[in-house]
Amino acid sequence: MKLILTALLLFSCLPQSLVAAEGVAVGQPIPKLAPLLPGAKIPDTAGKVVLVDFWASWCAPCKASFPCLNRLQAKYAAKGLVIIGIGVDDEAADFTKFATAMDAAFPLVHDSAHKSAAAFSPGTMPSSYLIDRKGVVRHIHNGFKGAKTEKEYIAEIEALLAEKP
Amino acid sequence: MKKLLLPLLPLILLLPLGGCSHALVRVKPYERGNLAKPVMLESMDPLQTAMTEHAYFSREAGFGGGGVGGGGCGCN
Repeated sequence: MKLILTALLLFSCLPQSLVAAEGVAVGQPIPKLAPLLPGAKIPDTAGKVVLVDFWASWCAPCKASFPCLNRLQAKYAAKGLVIIGIGVDDEAADFTKFATAMDAAFPLVHDSAHKSAAAFSPGTMPSSYLIDRKGVVRHIHNGFKGAKTEKEYIAEIEALLAEKP
Repeated sequence: MKKLLLPLLPLILLLPLGGCSHALVRVKPYERGNLAKPVMLESMDPLQTAMTEHAYFSREAGFGGGGVGGGGCGCN
């Protein structure tokens, strides 16, 4: 009996423990981006509010989110917001084509090896992480739901910008 | 030795099952580029699908057609 119980316990815990071990959660510090994205130009994020957005050229909601991110960049960049768009396309050509078409006003970096994606483990595409001035993840957005998400972004960004570094 | 191995047996048997775990097998959201390609669509030619479905519905309408409720003469 004891054996069966041990076996059942092990069996039920193993997959969950593996799932729980990965990704970035609210309240955790953001992983260092430079080693995860070798060769990419990453803007200085020290003391800034950072929005890390994971996107792909094959993902329709990602495409819909770009005008919103451009608006956020225009409105809040001067106040201390840094937006970093991480493209997870396999092909560099797809990344470049999409990036050109979207005309992003914020820096885009290509993560073809999926190193940073594996570190953050975004639950959906797109997924974005709002990080406060101290480098701690404060909000995670899974998916982009148009005006609703934009409203949430604005409220959260304004609150984070108001915090003292 | 046997006494020592016996409690460990379920553990040993379970170890290979770890490979089937949710976290290891699942395709991650950011890895779905290939699945999103047009070639992965259920119907690659919408016109061809529409024609096939129309022929099927006309022929099988008495049976219920292509999932539409009720029967019919198939003369639509």
